[in-house]
Amino acid sequence: MLPPVFGVLFDGIAYGMLLFLLSVGMSVTLGLMNFVNLAHCAFAMFGAYVTVVLMKDFHWNFFATLPMAFAASALVSVVIERILYRRLYRATDLDQVLLTIGLAFMSVAIAAWFFGTTQQPIAVPSYMRGSIGFLGLNLGIYRLFLVAVGIAVTVLLVLTLEHTRFGAQVRAAVDNQRMARGIGIDVDRTFAITFALGSGLAGLGGALAIEIVGLDPQFALVYLVYVLIIVSVGGLGSIAGSFAAACLIGVSDIAGKYYVPQLGSFLIYLVMVAVLMWRPAGLFGRR
Amino acid sequence: MSAVALSARGLQKSFGSLAVARDINIDLPVGARYALIGPNGAGKTTLINLMTGLLTPNAGQITLGGEDVTALRPQARVKRGLARTFQINTLFAGLNPLEAVTLAVCERRGIADRFWQNIAGNKDAIEEAYGILARLKLGDACYQTTRELPYGRQRLLEIALALATKPKVLLLDEPAAGVPVEESGEIFEVVASLSDELTLLFIEHDMHVVFRFATHIIVLVGGAIFTQGSPAEIAADPGVREVYLGTRKHG
Amino acid sequence: MTTLDASRALTPQAYMQGLSRWQPIEIIFWLATLLPFWLFPTYLSLASQIAITALFALSLDLILGYAGIVSLGHAAFFGFGAYSAGIFSKFAWSEPISGLIAAALLTGLLGYASSFIISRFRHLTLIMITLGLGLLLKEAANSAHWLTGGSDGLQGVSIAPVFGLFKFDLYGRTAYGYSLGVLFIVFLFARRLINSPFGLALRGIRENFVRMPAIGADSRAHIRKVYTISAIVAGIAGALLAQTTQTVALEVLSFERSADVVVMLVLGGAGRLYGGLIGAAVYMIARDQFSGIAPQYWYFWIGALLVMVVTLLPNGILGGLSKLLKRWSRR
Ligand SMILES: Nc1ncnc2c1ncn2[C@@H]1O[C@H](COP(=O)(O)OP(=O)(O)OP(=O)(O)O)[C@@H](O)[C@H]1O
Ligand SMILES: [Mg+2]
Repeated sequence: MLPPVFGVLFDGIAYGMLLFLLSVGMSVTLGLMNFVNLAHCAFAMFGAYVTVVLMKDFHWNFFATLPMAFAASALVSVVIERILYRRLYRATDLDQVLLTIGLAFMSVAIAAWFFGTTQQPIAVPSYMRGSIGFLGLNLGIYRLFLVAVGIAVTVLLVLTLEHTRFGAQVRAAVDNQRMARGIGIDVDRTFAITFALGSGLAGLGGALAIEIVGLDPQFALVYLVYVLIIVSVGGLGSIAGSFAAACLIGVSDIAGKYYVPQLGSFLIYLVMVAVLMWRPAGLFGRR
Repeated sequence: MSAVALSARGLQKSFGSLAVARDINIDLPVGARYALIGPNGAGKTTLINLMTGLLTPNAGQITLGGEDVTALRPQARVKRGLARTFQINTLFAGLNPLEAVTLAVCERRGIADRFWQNIAGNKDAIEEAYGILARLKLGDACYQTTRELPYGRQRLLEIALALATKPKVLLLDEPAAGVPVEESGEIFEVVASLSDELTLLFIEHDMHVVFRFATHIIVLVGGAIFTQGSPAEIAADPGVREVYLGTRKHG
Repeated sequence: MTTLDASRALTPQAYMQGLSRWQPIEIIFWLATLLPFWLFPTYLSLASQIAITALFALSLDLILGYAGIVSLGHAAFFGFGAYSAGIFSKFAWSEPISGLIAAALLTGLLGYASSFIISRFRHLTLIMITLGLGLLLKEAANSAHWLTGGSDGLQGVSIAPVFGLFKFDLYGRTAYGYSLGVLFIVFLFARRLINSPFGLALRGIRENFVRMPAIGADSRAHIRKVYTISAIVAGIAGALLAQTTQTVALEVLSFERSADVVVMLVLGGAGRLYGGLIGAAVYMIARDQFSGIAPQYWYFWIGALLVMVVTLLPNGILGGLSKLLKRWSRR
């Protein structure tokens, strides 16, 4: 028999996996181009609404919508990157913040226009709903599924980064952009692909998040704060860092709300400020 | 042998596996006119960054006028009389030269934190700044935004900013970098006209200029001092020629 | 062209003097702020809100516009000032000016303490730290229900007449006069600061952070100082809000308030003394005019505006105007 603290830990890690999917793309694009994309969660929200529409209006199976959520978010992000972001790579932090938060604001309004401000309920297949007992703990099946997806994505990302040509280019560009350009890596193209992949993962994360946290137009802003916290705590450009930070923040948030609910989100902000005070570049950051 | 103004002892620095400074020892006597030369990527700029404190060495010691400054922050070294210019313009793009140099003068005089005083009330500081600019033939351009100045003028402003700190030792990182040959003479005339008491080290690629203005030349290759000596000795050194013509393998 | 020729004949000191001279347009601007008393007597409450928000935007301008420190948590100081003034009136006494000064001092202490944290960071980490500290303070205020009233807001604030003469009335006459007076006094201070050696150093930090140490400047010390001053000004703005509305809601510490003030400043023109004032006025009046539309659609237009400002009007309204003027005078 395990004490309930393990149940909280499990829920926290499952939640952390969601946060990881939402944030890993932003971390890598930040590390690559130093581009602050505050509209990142708008892409996640877009993926989530794709899933909702496909399920409600076209009666797709939940799992069949997930690849579509990924692809649609990736596609939209590339279009926006080409039209708007491209010219701001050399701009100041402030300009990047303003433009992208402007897009995030617009995405909230557009989502409200199309879907209203109410929560979007979706029905995941009934076999995902239950829970299984394990040493006296009740582990939600859907949460187990999230943990599996999170780990699978991490492994896939790490393998891609470590063992493919494209991965080597990304690593080189994050490491030292000047040098990478010098040895003939097309950093801009590498960035565009990474950006699309990251937004796609965010879209997937958004779709998977509906069951846990629900979906309304505020998603783009509420989860932006979480993503920013994870990115800065984990360290820019680090997949391992995002993973560790997502688990840390996921567990802190769930544990905080479980044990000291009156403090609200106090704990995660505290964790963030404390980590950054201790290591300004984040847990796994180098700069 | 006169007193040493600035010296480096056993400086080491590497970026990852790339060693860009290997056991560097340099002594700059007071009033020196030294040139630092070496092929691209030799670590010349890195050496200036180490001496001025922009980079922290992995090992070694830097003394300024006999005082160990290795642990001091860059601004503290400037306060003690060590100034530098940058190879790539590092200017206040949105200020005009008068404002920029006045700022540097105010910082030196320790009045830059006075938020209750109108700057126009500091007549001395403004006039000192204008004097420096006029000496560098920037007087007529001093109300023009830095960003809009011709490139050659911007290079002179680099020097003006450094002079405003009233340095004892001045390190010039390719003062004429990117300036057409016809204009680079003008910049080095300015350098040559600086006070004899000022200790000077400059990086320069044009060997004509180096031989004309330097009394002593240090050759840096692959992060280490390859050789040093008077212009005549360096000119006669076949090794130096090889390094520059690239016939010798290094790196 | 004429201005250029004239400036060539100037001595450097006279040139510097000219930069800080009062322009006729400024005097007209400040005289115009008195017009609402006669022209829009029913809008004085809004006018007082505008003056308060303008003061808040001015405080942000000092750090963001002049020193280039992007903060997404500046409401922390506004809110702290508001709560300080509210709680002061509740537990000490209700005289407003002393309450305002007390709130300013307390907020200054908070600003000074946090300046040691924020001066260590730059870029994204700085944005995150300011955001995190802001959210942290909000959560703290929320859970300190016994002191702040939590999400119910702080009740029971009552403020005595200003100078013992002017009671806070329903129409906002006193509120506007009081807020405007304080705004003007603080503006005079900010104007002097901008034209001081310290103001020049701040612009140096904004223009080139790397060069500053190379001219012997201790940028961190400068940043600590301006951050503290900015916190005090923001605290005064918050205190004004608490005193003129005689209540404090948790919203004073919200992220939205931090984001709104950035938007206003950028809209008006960051790094210009009047940028925050103009931005606040335009923003607040627009929001009042469009108060009928649901907040989420309001934010659509704010978002669109931001995208446009960044892509088309990089220096805000005032920047755009001065560019137009230059082009026009060149003809
Ligand atoms: N911050 C850094 N990180 C990693 N490598 C660096 C960094 N700065 C310099 N280098 C590398 O160190 C080496 C020496 O650089 P440095 O700028 O000192 O050369 P230099 O002698 O000034 O060359 P040049 O004549 O081109 O100015 C180069 O290979 C450069 O790529
Ligand atoms: Mg160099």
